Amino acid sequence: MIEAVGLTKRYGAKTAVDQLSFQVKPGHVTGFLGPNGSGKSTTMRMIVALDRPTSGHVTINGRPFRELPNAQRHVGALLDAKAVHGGRRARAHLLSIAQLSGIPEKRVDEVLAVVGLQDAARQRTKGFSLGMGQRLGIATALLGDPQVLLFDEPVNGLDPEGILWVRNLMRRLASEGRTVLVSSHLMSEMALTADHLIVIGRGRLLADMGTQEFIAHNSAGFARVRAADTDRDGRETLGTALTKAGGRILQEPDGALRVTGLELPQISDLAHRAGVRLWELSPHRASLEEAYMRMTQSSVEYTSTEDPRAELWEPEPLALPAWEDEAEAAPEVPRTGFYAPPPPGAGGQPFLMPSNPGELASASGNPSPNTPEDTR
Amino acid sequence: MAFTAVLQSEWTKIRTVASTSWTLALVFLVTVGFAALFSATFDPNRLDAAQRATFDPTATSLSSMELGQLAMIVFGVLVVSTEYSTGMIRTSLAAVPRREHFLLGKMAVATALALAVGLLTSFASFFLTQALLGDLGIGIGEENVLRAVTGAGLYLALLALFCMGVAAMLRSSVAAISVLVPFFLIVSNLLVGFEATRTVGQYLPSNAGGRIMQVVPHAFDSPETPYGPWGGFGIMVLWTLAAVLGGYAVLRKRDA
Amino acid sequence: MIELEGLTKRFGTTTAVDHLSFRIRPGVVTGFLGPNGAGKSTTMRMMLDLDNPTSGTVRVYGKHYRDLSEPLKHVGALLDAKAMHGGRSAYNNLLCLAQSNRIPRQRVDEVLDLVGLTAVAKKKSKGFSLGMSQRLGIASALLGDPEILMFDEPVNGLDPEGILWIRNLMKGLAAEGRTIFVSSHLMSEMALTADHLVVIGQGKLLADLPMADFIQQNSRSYVRLRSPQQERLKDLLHEAGINVVSVPATGTLEIDGVSAEQLGELAARHQIVLHELSPQRASLEEAFMRMTADSVEYHAHAPGMAADNPARPADVPAWGAAHTATRKAGE
Repeated sequence: MIEAVGLTKRYGAKTAVDQLSFQVKPGHVTGFLGPNGSGKSTTMRMIVALDRPTSGHVTINGRPFRELPNAQRHVGALLDAKAVHGGRRARAHLLSIAQLSGIPEKRVDEVLAVVGLQDAARQRTKGFSLGMGQRLGIATALLGDPQVLLFDEPVNGLDPEGILWVRNLMRRLASEGRTVLVSSHLMSEMALTADHLIVIGRGRLLADMGTQEFIAHNSAGFARVRAADTDRDGRETLGTALTKAGGRILQEPDGALRVTGLELPQISDLAHRAGVRLWELSPHRASLEEAYMRMTQSSVEYTSTEDPRAELWEPEPLALPAWEDEAEAAPEVPRTGFYAPPPPGAGGQPFLMPSNPGELASASGNPSPNTPEDTR
Repeated sequence: MAFTAVLQSEWTKIRTVASTSWTLALVFLVTVGFAALFSATFDPNRLDAAQRATFDPTATSLSSMELGQLAMIVFGVLVVSTEYSTGMIRTSLAAVPRREHFLLGKMAVATALALAVGLLTSFASFFLTQALLGDLGIGIGEENVLRAVTGAGLYLALLALFCMGVAAMLRSSVAAISVLVPFFLIVSNLLVGFEATRTVGQYLPSNAGGRIMQVVPHAFDSPETPYGPWGGFGIMVLWTLAAVLGGYAVLRKRDA
Repeated sequence: MIELEGLTKRFGTTTAVDHLSFRIRPGVVTGFLGPNGAGKSTTMRMMLDLDNPTSGTVRVYGKHYRDLSEPLKHVGALLDAKAMHGGRSAYNNLLCLAQSNRIPRQRVDEVLDLVGLTAVAKKKSKGFSLGMSQRLGIASALLGDPEILMFDEPVNGLDPEGILWIRNLMKGLAAEGRTIFVSSHLMSEMALTADHLVVIGQGKLLADLPMADFIQQNSRSYVRLRSPQQERLKDLLHEAGINVVSVPATGTLEIDGVSAEQLGELAARHQIVLHELSPQRASLEEAFMRMTADSVEYHAHAPGMAADNPARPADVPAWGAAHTATRKAGE
């Protein structure tokens, strides 16, 4: 458990962190989000007492970091993967930290194996790629088998397998009852990893809630409906019926309709009554990215001339149903749930949070038996 | 691709980094400063007869080049090696993919700048020290003096180019400087200092090229050379040509 | 349009890129995927003539890169955000590039404005954060208003706002008919950006096909059904000989191998009300994992290790594969 109370940090006239209060609870992966310059890194540095707060305080399991006996065994942190003495060998680096904290040597080899660096243990860290440096940083964080873990941009420089591995690692650590705080700029990654979010902007707390709740709170979901292609008037009949019932409709490029303001069973009933056969009726939750963009719009530092958010906003509801104006197409960004990995609960299971371990093996190892056609 | 565009681009590169101004300022300040110091504290009564006979006032003005040239070595090295140390080389070569244009443009601009600073340094150094030497001083119109002073400027420019070639071969500031500085400061002098190695030493670029700055042969007990002032300069030109071609070969062959 | 033909690069006995041939077409964003060490960066460097191929060629509109006059007007590339002189200001870094290709000075201001760096244009790029360096690199790629753009990990260091911006920028440029080639490790990001994929593993081409086909071919797709008449629906499906999996947690049925269209027709025929009929497709990430899993050496350590011991990481570091890659190349 990490607890911040009124945490504030000023650099001269600039307030980097402003009266921040939050709790990071054990058993969850908590995502720590905010634009560049919002004070995320400063906050993380204050948690591990690298920076001293101007006012307020932050405790770990009820005590300030400095007062923790043998802090390495309580808190593991990956703040900057390159903060390693380049001339040392990977194993020697870990060993020196282990010896400082009275951690047995055996544990060093254990964590090296966990992060997959056992073959590179004798190499000097100078020659490490960013991804290897990241793995070594994670190994350092895990060394003391701590109950509280902090990760700043952990997937930086990792390849897809590494990213998947980190995601599963964090979820596993949380499921073991540890406190895991992860900061990242990758919204689609966070949507798959974090079950709780703390969002800050300009040093202030903007949100502290469950990921699902956050998405629901800050953006609207919609339903995709497609009438049978074989039914010539189907789409029009359906569109009229849904509009009459108070739904807002936009047309998708493939001929489906994007409906907001009506629940799925309602749409189903309306279609049934209008005698339209459906070929698709799927729920779509907005993406974490969209929700995040709405929340943080006023607290961004470097902005390009064209505001990228413009493309995220939904068009104004039209007096006439959009599907009658042929030109009006649904905004294409972001197309969650089709190519994108679905946000949890949006549709399908989030990939690789398998209910049985065999599923994971088949996904990343050998092809699973129920997909005989694994095309090259 | 217009070569003038490459020249313009290289000129922007060279004038927009701090290392250019501080290395070249050091060349000027160290050379002129030490020359002034030598001349101001010079006491003709301490010379023995032989030294008095071969006293070379021009060489007095230019002897501080020995120290000033170190900053020029750093300049020459940094012009090329910062492309590698910053990673800019990949951006530069993507913009100017023809290696010969890239290297030639860079070397031309940097050598021209080194020549301008070199001439400024040698002439400033000469006029200042001759004034300080008083009665012992000579004018620029005396025999061979103009050749020696101009030659000193040429020497500095050629030295910079030589160092650019070596840096292009070694592709690292640290490697190039740690090879070149001891080479010019110690190895050259050491080899000339011993009878056995003198002949070899005399053909090294700094000793051969330095001959152009002497007006009076054997001044300050310097040994006799098998070449004249322009002959020596020619030897240094050959060294420089070899370094530049070596640098070009490396740039062409190796991956950026 | 860029064409690679038999492009090969060996470092000593290691073959980093192995007879790679493909074309990158204009008008779409082409994603370039592969595990670490697959040869992506080497390939991109060879495309810009920075590395010399051992054999094979790259042609940009039919020409060698080296023979393009003023190449920045044809090809813009962001390979490494830090490939600038840190002691020079952002403006001057761009200016010297612009001058070498006779690009007017005002274009420097334009691209700085476009990437949002106008306020720090006069600052030395040494002090830039990774995100700002990335923007500067993007500005340098856009400088010559080129028809071809290459980006290596463009979202590195950008914040969510920046990520969204670069994604829209790339899609916008492709929509203008330009050729966009982008490599990334972030599958979820690529899924949102790319229309076409080129996948390599151990320097060899594994796939070159549209995104939708790639996902279809490399992952399981199924249809999810939800109905107030769930039991009846189940019986009907059984009668029709369709295999159904019940997922009690979500109260849904999952059906493999039958299209949503067919299921919709079936329900309509039997007057069954459906509350959900959604075709599910796995993510690009899953598809990618399956494909690269086929290139066996990347899982050299212990296939099925994850199943035996789920507490261990499921992957094997890609750099461990270098030796096996060599062996394979020798065969």
